[in-house]
Amino acid sequence: MPEYSELAGKVAAVTGGAGGIGRACVNAYAAHGVSVVIADRDDAAGQATLDGLPPGSKAIFVPTDVTDADSVGAMVRAAMDTFGGLDIAYNNAGVEAAGKAVADMADRDWQRVIDVNLTGVWQCMRAEIPALLARGGGSIVNTASALGQVALPLQASYVASKHGVIGLTKAAALEYSARGIRINAICPGVVQTAMIDEVAAANPGFMADMHAKHPIGRIAAVDEIADGVMWLSSAASAFVTGSALNIDGGYTAA
Amino acid sequence: MTDFDGKVAMVTGAARGIGAASAMAFASAGAAVAICDVLDQDGERTAADINAAGGMAVYVHTDVADAESVESTVARIVDRFGRLDFAHNNAGVFSPAPTADLDVERWRWVIDVNLTGVFLCMKYQLPHIVKNTGAVVNTASVWSQAGAATQAAYSASKHGVVGLTRTAALDYGNTGVRINAIAPGPIATAMTASVPTEIMDAVVGRTASGRYGQPDEVGKAVVWLCSPDSSYVNGAVLPVDGGWLAG
Repeated sequence: MPEYSELAGKVAAVTGGAGGIGRACVNAYAAHGVSVVIADRDDAAGQATLDGLPPGSKAIFVPTDVTDADSVGAMVRAAMDTFGGLDIAYNNAGVEAAGKAVADMADRDWQRVIDVNLTGVWQCMRAEIPALLARGGGSIVNTASALGQVALPLQASYVASKHGVIGLTKAAALEYSARGIRINAICPGVVQTAMIDEVAAANPGFMADMHAKHPIGRIAAVDEIADGVMWLSSAASAFVTGSALNIDGGYTAA
Repeated sequence: MTDFDGKVAMVTGAARGIGAASAMAFASAGAAVAICDVLDQDGERTAADINAAGGMAVYVHTDVADAESVESTVARIVDRFGRLDFAHNNAGVFSPAPTADLDVERWRWVIDVNLTGVFLCMKYQLPHIVKNTGAVVNTASVWSQAGAATQAAYSASKHGVVGLTRTAALDYGNTGVRINAIAPGPIATAMTASVPTEIMDAVVGRTASGRYGQPDEVGKAVVWLCSPDSSYVNGAVLPVDGGWLAG
């Protein structure tokens, strides 16, 4: 049930839109009558996300590599060419880190996580902000993490990249909030996704541990994260900018 | 009085400013110090100043964004002094521009030096520091806790340094090595002197102390974080900011 009627007719871009939280947000935007650009590097999953939308939805899939400035520029141009502009951007594409202690982490593994999770968010904002300014403003939401606020062993690149997303979000919010663009981050805890299911299948007890790490007693459903993204995308959060919203079942409170 | 006799410290960005002051503070406590920087002339002068004051310092040209350079510097230090106990990973740069107007090259430069540089330094330092149950201090910034307009790359990199520091502290907690960050506010250095006066006046005006900090005030905090006096301080971010973050 769409909660934010003013979103109807707006245009949103979602990176990492072909799976997990990104796909849940694509579905939620479409349910609100938002035209959606599904941006992802996975062609098959991107097409499947597009095909899974209800009849009458306005959406396109644009293969996108957030580490490539040309690719990101083409994605934003596709939004303008197809839907006439861009009002909302959800910069969500991210990769996991191989679990290694700092001194054992390969340089290329470090670089890959920083490039996608941190530089990728900046590349997207750099291309999106002029488009949003041309519409007189809008809303940008970046996916950080509970690990943007606290650390986890063996995850230095991931934790650094997500802390960095929060710093980037705050700096950009200071620059553009007076010109009508609100820029916020969300900090999810562990979320039920296909990736988590795979890990759980191979590790008995993993799921119980994951649930127990969250004071609320369970991990999140993707729709619960999408609820936060929709709120930050809507006029209901009109005075919220430069914030890092925890949607983590209390993970960072402990 | 901290006694670092027989110990060895590596300081990056040590040619000038905060790094030079912390190198001086390590030397005053008795440690041999490697002055690491890309500014060869200033770096040689800082090493000479420390040696003239009765300390022990060598300058080692080091580009922290280059893994081979960092690896080679750590190897040279261990070769020269036989050990490494402390690291102050302090090299940093900034490049002001609004987020949408920043060049890819400038973004990469800031992230590579300020964030990946700290990772590369720790990666090569830690195997040696672990042997001596030493300590690491990374230079973050008050902008690791807040954003700064026209400083998206700098703010992102310094937030990242805090995340990296916290994770490293968890990774190496059981070795006895402590890994912390400092968050300097406005310090009177060549870097802050390059920022327009009206901007720096506003930054200084936000401090509770109402003045610039001096580099040696930061250097003393770094030495304290490496000393047994801070033996239960780990994974922390210590503001040395005259109260900037308090407001």
